[in-house]
Amino acid sequence: MTTPLVEMRDMQKSFGGIKAVDHVTIDLYPGEVVGVLGHNGAGKSVLMKMLSGALPRDGGEIFINGQKAGINNPRDARNHQIETIYQYLALADNLDAASNLFLGRELTTPLGFVDDALMEAETRKIMKRLNPNFRRFHTPVSGLSGGQRQSVAIARAVYFNAKILIMDEPTAALGVQETRMVAELIEQLKSEGIGIFLIDHDIHQVKAMCDRANVMKNGQLVGTVKVADVSEDDLLGMIIAGKCPPSGIPGPGAIQFA
Amino acid sequence: MTETSPATSVPAKPRNFFAALELDTRLIGMIGAFVVICLIFNFLTDGRFMTPRNIFNLSIQTASVAIMATGMVFVIVTRNIDLSVGSLLATCSAVMAMTQTVVTPEWLGLGLNHPLTMPIAILVGVMTGLVIGAFHGWLIGYLTIPAFIVTLGGFLVWRNVSWHLTKGQTIGPLDENFQLFGGINGTLGETWSWIFAGLAILASFYALFRSRRNKVLHEFPVKPVWAEAIIGLIIAGAIVGFVAILNSYEIPRARLQRMFEARGEIMPEGFVQGYGLPISVLVLIVIAIIMTVVAQRTRLGRYIFATGGNPEAAALAGINTRLLTVKVFAIMGVLCAISAVVASSRQTFHSNDIGTLDELRVIAAAVIGGTALAGGMGTIYGAILGALIMQSLQSGMAMVGVDAPYQNMVVGSVLVLAVFIDIVYRRRTGDKT
Repeated sequence: MTTPLVEMRDMQKSFGGIKAVDHVTIDLYPGEVVGVLGHNGAGKSVLMKMLSGALPRDGGEIFINGQKAGINNPRDARNHQIETIYQYLALADNLDAASNLFLGRELTTPLGFVDDALMEAETRKIMKRLNPNFRRFHTPVSGLSGGQRQSVAIARAVYFNAKILIMDEPTAALGVQETRMVAELIEQLKSEGIGIFLIDHDIHQVKAMCDRANVMKNGQLVGTVKVADVSEDDLLGMIIAGKCPPSGIPGPGAIQFA
Repeated sequence: MTETSPATSVPAKPRNFFAALELDTRLIGMIGAFVVICLIFNFLTDGRFMTPRNIFNLSIQTASVAIMATGMVFVIVTRNIDLSVGSLLATCSAVMAMTQTVVTPEWLGLGLNHPLTMPIAILVGVMTGLVIGAFHGWLIGYLTIPAFIVTLGGFLVWRNVSWHLTKGQTIGPLDENFQLFGGINGTLGETWSWIFAGLAILASFYALFRSRRNKVLHEFPVKPVWAEAIIGLIIAGAIVGFVAILNSYEIPRARLQRMFEARGEIMPEGFVQGYGLPISVLVLIVIAIIMTVVAQRTRLGRYIFATGGNPEAAALAGINTRLLTVKVFAIMGVLCAISAVVASSRQTFHSNDIGTLDELRVIAAAVIGGTALAGGMGTIYGAILGALIMQSLQSGMAMVGVDAPYQNMVVGSVLVLAVFIDIVYRRRTGDKT
């Protein structure tokens, strides 16, 4: 078996006395889309934020390509080519598309000043590939539609050659057309060998886009299933009741049948 | 609003003359407001408001608040506030005054008016401002105490630290070289003012040319050449006009005579010399340019605006927003120290009440200049124009003979009105506040 792209072993995170993530172990292979499902407060976002460096972990280890990786802040995650696309948080509304795309990694002139013209040119190039309708390069992104904003966030991940992509409900704020665009983009990225963690509420979406799914409940892993082997009802049963279907690999959070 | 534009417009072509210039409408609006204020006061004072003498005075009165206002833009853009700038100015001023009247002449044995006194005093003052500002930033960024509280505390602490240091005494007269930053005692003179104007025009032409060449290089649309030329001419005209006015403010005969006597020369008959650009205004111009470059052309500036627009996004992009807060307040502290140089040398001594209420003037200047308290928005030139508008209102009303209470009532109302106009403007143009 090949080494997984990402392996998160025994991850733990508590807030006060509440165990938000309780000894969770999951993995991700190249060219694979893995869903992370669960109710609000199940711990899926917290788990992913530990991978993206946004939250420090209390315990557990992260392996990237079999190598132990010390990810303690967003910069570390970026150095491991992990990019995150958040539902709402990702963009600074008052800046334009190019400034957002290069935020934290600005292109500079030899004298060390930010090179806005070059960044805009690069942004135009990549947007031509991802979203040819995108034309508003000089307005703050607050003036853009949800889909346009999301394409800026995705462009950021693509431009910097992400190997591992975390998408936190990437289509939640989007219309039908725009959702299709994002779904096509995910297919395309997958075919390029990128591994994607997809956090989502929408069971249809997960059935359509994911290869495997991890379900979490109350901070614990209910189980990991191959999406093709289970029905939507099975997935719902895992999310709501914590019942792992026979074809799946049960986790510590699965209810036991005595 | 003309009805002809939709029918005749071609997407790539600018709609009309003004659109082709691609001017910043907000900047035009502020300059327009300033001009209107000047014209009204000029009318009410029978032409005394727009004399070279008054314009000269206005520029040196504005310098101290305007210098701090540029820093306040960064503070407010990052969703913070600094209520301590007036008190910090007082502490820096006290430290510098004591350095040049006690430390260098007595402890270091340099005597009075030694050439090294001025640089030493300024260095000590700037370090004081830097350290105190950075300390404020650390309390706010790392200990997560709200900026309002930290600087409200600082407002009380530093005002009284300065009192304690000087035991409440007025310290003066200050070093002669130090006093050059005060305005009337330190000007470039006519020749150097014209040289400065020439350099400024060359620099702005070069900047326009660079920006255009950069756009052409990346095949972006550019303005028509005639539009660039007009903008260049406007800039050059403004610089020449400003310097010409300051140069035409003539040094009084008696003062000139004293200057010649001090050099051991005899003043020629009919000799006339203008003051030219005050050094304090030159300092303001240099700071305005540096701060604008920082805001628009450096990573630090980009991160300041990104953090103001969305702190979470900035943190997720790997920006250390805590350290950024320290840097922003450290810059503010340094600017308070520079303002302290200008303010104390203008009155030729350090007084206990120096900088009182400056925090409010500085915040008002930044806000009138279009800095949004919600963060993420603001410009350096706006803050300076804001300071200028406030100062013209204040001194204009004083010249007209408006009683002190009415003056402050007007300034206060203008502040609220300016912010309201700004909100309406942003709603119209579709920007979010």
